[in-house]
Amino acid sequence: MRYFLQRIAFYLFTAWAAITLNFFIPRLVPGDPVQSLIAKYRGQLSSEAIQSLYVLFGLDKQESLWQQYLDYWKQIFQGDLGLSFTFFPAPVSQVISQALPWTVLLVGITTIISFLLGTGLGVLAGWRRGSWADGLLPVTTFFSSVPYFWLGIIAIYLLAGPGSFFPSSGGFDSGLVPAWDQYFIPSAIQHSLLPALTILISSVSGWILSMRNMMVTVASEDYITVAHAKGLSERRVAVSYAARNALLPNVSGFALSLGFIVGGTLLVEIVFSYPGLGFTLLQALGAKDYPLMQGIFLVITISVLVANLLADVAYLLLDPRTRKEG
Amino acid sequence: MTIPTSSIEQVIPGQGSMAQPEEAHPTKRKRQRFTFVRNKKAAIGLVIFGVYVLFAIIGPWVAPYDPSARGDDLVQPPSAGHWLGTTHLGQDVFSQILVGTRSVMYVGLLAGVIATALSILVGVTSGYLGGKTDDVLSAFANVILVIPAVPLMIIITSILNNASDTLIALVIGLTSWSWNARVLRAQTLSLRRRDYIEASRATGEKTWRIIGFELLPNLTAVIASGFVGTVIFAVLSEITLAFIGIVSNNGWNWGTILFWAQGQQALAQSAWWWFVPAGLAIAFLGTALSLINFGIDEFVSPRLRSAGKTKLKTASGHTVRMRIGFTPVLSSAAAPTPVQREVAKLP
Repeated sequence: MRYFLQRIAFYLFTAWAAITLNFFIPRLVPGDPVQSLIAKYRGQLSSEAIQSLYVLFGLDKQESLWQQYLDYWKQIFQGDLGLSFTFFPAPVSQVISQALPWTVLLVGITTIISFLLGTGLGVLAGWRRGSWADGLLPVTTFFSSVPYFWLGIIAIYLLAGPGSFFPSSGGFDSGLVPAWDQYFIPSAIQHSLLPALTILISSVSGWILSMRNMMVTVASEDYITVAHAKGLSERRVAVSYAARNALLPNVSGFALSLGFIVGGTLLVEIVFSYPGLGFTLLQALGAKDYPLMQGIFLVITISVLVANLLADVAYLLLDPRTRKEG
Repeated sequence: MTIPTSSIEQVIPGQGSMAQPEEAHPTKRKRQRFTFVRNKKAAIGLVIFGVYVLFAIIGPWVAPYDPSARGDDLVQPPSAGHWLGTTHLGQDVFSQILVGTRSVMYVGLLAGVIATALSILVGVTSGYLGGKTDDVLSAFANVILVIPAVPLMIIITSILNNASDTLIALVIGLTSWSWNARVLRAQTLSLRRRDYIEASRATGEKTWRIIGFELLPNLTAVIASGFVGTVIFAVLSEITLAFIGIVSNNGWNWGTILFWAQGQQALAQSAWWWFVPAGLAIAFLGTALSLINFGIDEFVSPRLRSAGKTKLKTASGHTVRMRIGFTPVLSSAAAPTPVQREVAKLP
């Protein structure tokens, strides 16, 4: 339990650090971005929006930095991340809440499948060294060095196109309205297959490799020899003795690499014009939509932290040593 | 974006790095000097990497065309005049790739150096000093580690309008050091209890000398592997940033080529020569670096080497699979003879 509380404290601290970082980044922007935005939108911005922008960019000269910081926190707690310019006059929080489910479903499910599949193959590759499983290594090395988004481009080029089963862009058929019905869900699944496959192929190799190396290390432990000597079946030794112990470092590695993986998957969304956070981020970049960019960064960070917390819970369940205090 | 490909970078909690560097044998040093290069994987990796470095230096001079010069052949497939075809403006794709190599290698290596320096500073200090310093520094490293690096980089570079290559390398270096710092800390923790460190502390060596002359040489493999890993990550990050179009005004790199290919509908025109070569260039560079990392890995921990032929016939006609790291145990169901005798007969 104490371990768990420590982790929660750490994540709260990290969230604080990320939000503070988010507070300072716009203050690096040279000049007065708000004035240029006001000029660009010619009176379409309400005075409230302008005030919110000034707070966001820290150009509210009447207030001290500390006061600005407090205001910023107040805004965050109200869920107010400012107004988006790209989707004007929608607030950032609304834009993000539309995009978030797409990303969470696509990236979340694919990452978990990739981890499970990679770990499974890694167990095999580590256990059966010197067999065909060694052939996995060069292939996976190559795929792990390819940028996710390039693999996406190639996948579109080879597999998608007119008349193909795989659509090349979007998250659902343009004629449909998002809803939980029998038309929309199959269409959404069909559109997400190719992006998911891309992420899967490029991310699975890392797990195979790390699990293989852990298996190789664990396999030389004495308890493995003892298990063999006891006459336990090969499968039982491999799964319950070796894999179970090799899994632990892999789970903590999983938690820590999440930040890296999410970054790569955002790019896949861009290539496939998938209506998630990555694609929204691209649109925000094109329009210099700072409030939206920051909002997305914040949401991604918080999601990664939550995912990390879940991985920690999994670790807790897998490793009896961490819960000996009860 | 990448998961570390090296097992040295996998940390077992409480035990330090997975692959423990073996201690050097000074008497054999002369004979072992080229062992690392003799490893096939490392040698292949180094050769490919060398070719890239060569083109990073001579690329702009040997490029047949100016990469930005427009021509009359628009979106032409590869031909004798344009080895890798042309873009929508008649630019030569081959020249763009050659010229772009320099920017990619420069950013990758510079970011690698920055990140490695920072990770040594933070990792070794926190591992060696311990106590409060350790708590603060490793919490700091973990915070940086958990915050997703790519979105952060995207935001910072988009705010720094048209950042130069050096600035981008700096941003990448500053956001990607934490994994290595973690690995180095774990490794330092396991090294500082060793006898030779205790001995030098007992003889009154100064802390900086212990760190510089006793610890660091024994961390070389970990540092090298971390450096190579960071270079892969930095190259991928720079290309990612260029692909999104944040740095497109600044010269050429492979990401810029992909940015234009994506923006100008290269896919819809089936202009494969526009986007395939740049991606392959990235992939081969990444593979070369990973191979070097495998080399370092296997050099440090021979157990990870791929095993050769492993099936053996025993005297009684059973097949046994010999596996490195395993103690062979024969199943007794088919062979009632004592296990030990069979093992002894193995060649």
